[in-house]
Amino acid sequence: MTAASRSIASSPDAPPPAAIAVEHIWKRYGTFEAVKDVNFSVAEGEIFGLLGPNGAGKSTLIRMMTTLIPVTAGKAVVAGHDVSKDPDDVRRAIGVIPQAMTSDQDLTVEENLSIYAKLYGVPRAERERNIAEVLEAVDLAKWRSAQTKTLSGGMRRRLEIARGLVHNPRIFFLDEPTTGLDPVSRIAVWEMLNKLKTTRNLTMLITTHYMEEADKLCDRIAIVDHGTLVALGTPVELKNSVAGANVVEVHFDRDDPAWRERLEAIDGVTSVQPESSGFYRVITQSGSRTTMQIVELAASLGETLTSLSVQNTTLDDVFIHYTGRQLRDEQVKAVFTMPPRPGAQP
Amino acid sequence: MNRMFAIIEREMRKFFRSPTLMIMSLMLPILQLIIIGNAFGGKIVDTRVAVVDYDHGPQAVKLREAFDAVAANIKTFSTVDYNNEVQAREDVRTGRIDAAIIIPKQYSRRVYAQDAPKLGFVVDNSDLFTSSALEAEMQSLVDALNAPQIPNRLQKSIALEVVELYPYVNYLKYLLPMTVALAMYISVMIGGGMLYIDDKARGVHEGYLVTPITKLELVFGLNVAGAIKATLSGISIGVIGSLVAGLGVVFHPIIMLQMLSLIIAGSIAFNGMMFLLMVRVDDPLVPRAMFGVLNVLLLYPSGAMYPTVSFPRWMQWMSVIDPFTYTIHGFKSVLLKDGGWVSIQSDLLFLMIFGIATLLVATPLFKRTL
Ligand SMILES: Nc1ncnc2c1ncn2[C@@H]1O[C@H](COP(=O)(O)OP(=O)(O)OP(=O)(O)O)[C@@H](O)[C@H]1O
Ligand SMILES: [Mg+2]
Repeated sequence: MTAASRSIASSPDAPPPAAIAVEHIWKRYGTFEAVKDVNFSVAEGEIFGLLGPNGAGKSTLIRMMTTLIPVTAGKAVVAGHDVSKDPDDVRRAIGVIPQAMTSDQDLTVEENLSIYAKLYGVPRAERERNIAEVLEAVDLAKWRSAQTKTLSGGMRRRLEIARGLVHNPRIFFLDEPTTGLDPVSRIAVWEMLNKLKTTRNLTMLITTHYMEEADKLCDRIAIVDHGTLVALGTPVELKNSVAGANVVEVHFDRDDPAWRERLEAIDGVTSVQPESSGFYRVITQSGSRTTMQIVELAASLGETLTSLSVQNTTLDDVFIHYTGRQLRDEQVKAVFTMPPRPGAQP
Repeated sequence: MNRMFAIIEREMRKFFRSPTLMIMSLMLPILQLIIIGNAFGGKIVDTRVAVVDYDHGPQAVKLREAFDAVAANIKTFSTVDYNNEVQAREDVRTGRIDAAIIIPKQYSRRVYAQDAPKLGFVVDNSDLFTSSALEAEMQSLVDALNAPQIPNRLQKSIALEVVELYPYVNYLKYLLPMTVALAMYISVMIGGGMLYIDDKARGVHEGYLVTPITKLELVFGLNVAGAIKATLSGISIGVIGSLVAGLGVVFHPIIMLQMLSLIIAGSIAFNGMMFLLMVRVDDPLVPRAMFGVLNVLLLYPSGAMYPTVSFPRWMQWMSVIDPFTYTIHGFKSVLLKDGGWVSIQSDLLFLMIFGIATLLVATPLFKRTL
């Protein structure tokens, strides 16, 4: 475990039985290390999120846990079975929604489900009932005999979710379940997953690169970057782990490279993130005090402010804190210096 | 086992749901049958041959009568009188006429004296088809004139040709076996190879691989489905092609059964070959590129259009391991020669062994993981 994840992980006393346990797992493609020494465990009934930018290794991790690719080193135990030793037992216990939408466009909703029920060996007597149930659960009962190509993106995603549940798995893996969906469909999918979690007693592991999704949906989050797990905890724990409790967003009328330095010099400011011309995100221990100081600073220099606002820290800030980058634009800010690691937290 | 049927069910449902693909894969062989059949199958007719007669003797007259008979019946050529050899040569060169025959002075006398009489024949050999057709026609005329019972033989060969109602049917019939084999090949390449790799690239297989399906169930499911699709294509083209080519024998029950067994065996062979080639491919471009290359590499050496005996040694070897060779040989034996089971049993045997062998090699190469 990295220093970061250890310090903020849930307390180790009385651990609940783990649905998924990943220990020192590695994946190499030739000399390229896609996943490097990752450790985490997911408790029964949890929604666990793997958050990371493109190419972080999220899909690679999911593929190892779902027996799709061999593990290079380390081990993953899913539903009590080692993925390398008893892949078929793992497969029977899990449902998987791959990142790409793979439902058959030429088949109907029901046919898509029925073929998967057969692939999972669901007995004929239960097949019919399971299909009806999952269609109800994802709100597609009315579309049962519709051609899949006539469904919208959000409906298709829901069909895939239904497909992954048609054999009543205990653990559900979803690789970027809302990528490509509009905000309304995305929220609908979140609600659905939350409902499924309670009604079906599911443990879920989802990957995402949406901060908001990780925040709203997941009980715990692991931030992955360049194949390593850089932070792990509940959304609240993660946000608290970032030094500074508030974010001040300030927009100066006139941009000046010196702003950054001046802002960093303000007492209580832990980091400054330039966003666009004249626009800065300032992480600080005290939002109100820093706000006052920025206004005074601007006044003393004869500069004007376009806007100024105070917010709580978001997972965005957490992500920047741990990776030194923004998840949104994937740009590495060369001048940005890493704040002290949380091992040195007060 | 049930899982294998689920794979087959999915493939077949998809196959019947996207008729465009099916129609396109049937279109190429049918068009090829019609276009190639008509392009190459037509006889050379209505060419013009100059006759430069320096002899004017009785044998020259006999010769000209034979020419007139050709012009009146099989119509390969008609004659135009020239009095000047130089002009005739020039006109052959410029294309105003297709050939010139020169009857030298003393021709009749030499025939009677058996003093090696010679006829001059000028052809434009840059047009291989016309010139060889004319040469062949002239040669047969000369042979006929040399033979003792001239009129009889000439009459016979002409009489044979006149009864042809459909001038191209022979070649269409000859091409039909190739067409049916081609339909199976295309079905396997498109319905099997391309869709298989596309599915792989789109992540459909990823969906399968997270289910508890075994490697064998998946391999057999995909291959049985591929062979069924190819069989359906073969049957469709067999029927449509027979109608186009006017080949009624295919509707005879025994012939039908023989055709069906060849189509099934051929489909298994083509499918096995395709699966072996594609088993480790991930790039959707590969099967597309391979399609044309394989077509040339397998179809032409198979003896589909030209007999294999005329091939150089290396091409004959290719034809030995080429499933097209046996499929087409089998179809020809059944459709054109009515050779019975004996004539196709070795073809069936080869195709089955080929199909099973390729599948046996490909299965261990198939990866149960991504
Ligand atoms: N088969 C492979 N061969 C070589 N490298 C690979 C292979 N699969 C993935 N990688 C590399 O591993 C890294 C992690 O890829 P992965 O697909 O796990 O990222 P991800 O976090 O899922 O990204 P995304 O958000 O784009 O889905 C990437 O740099 C990718 O290029
Ligand atoms: Mg991914």
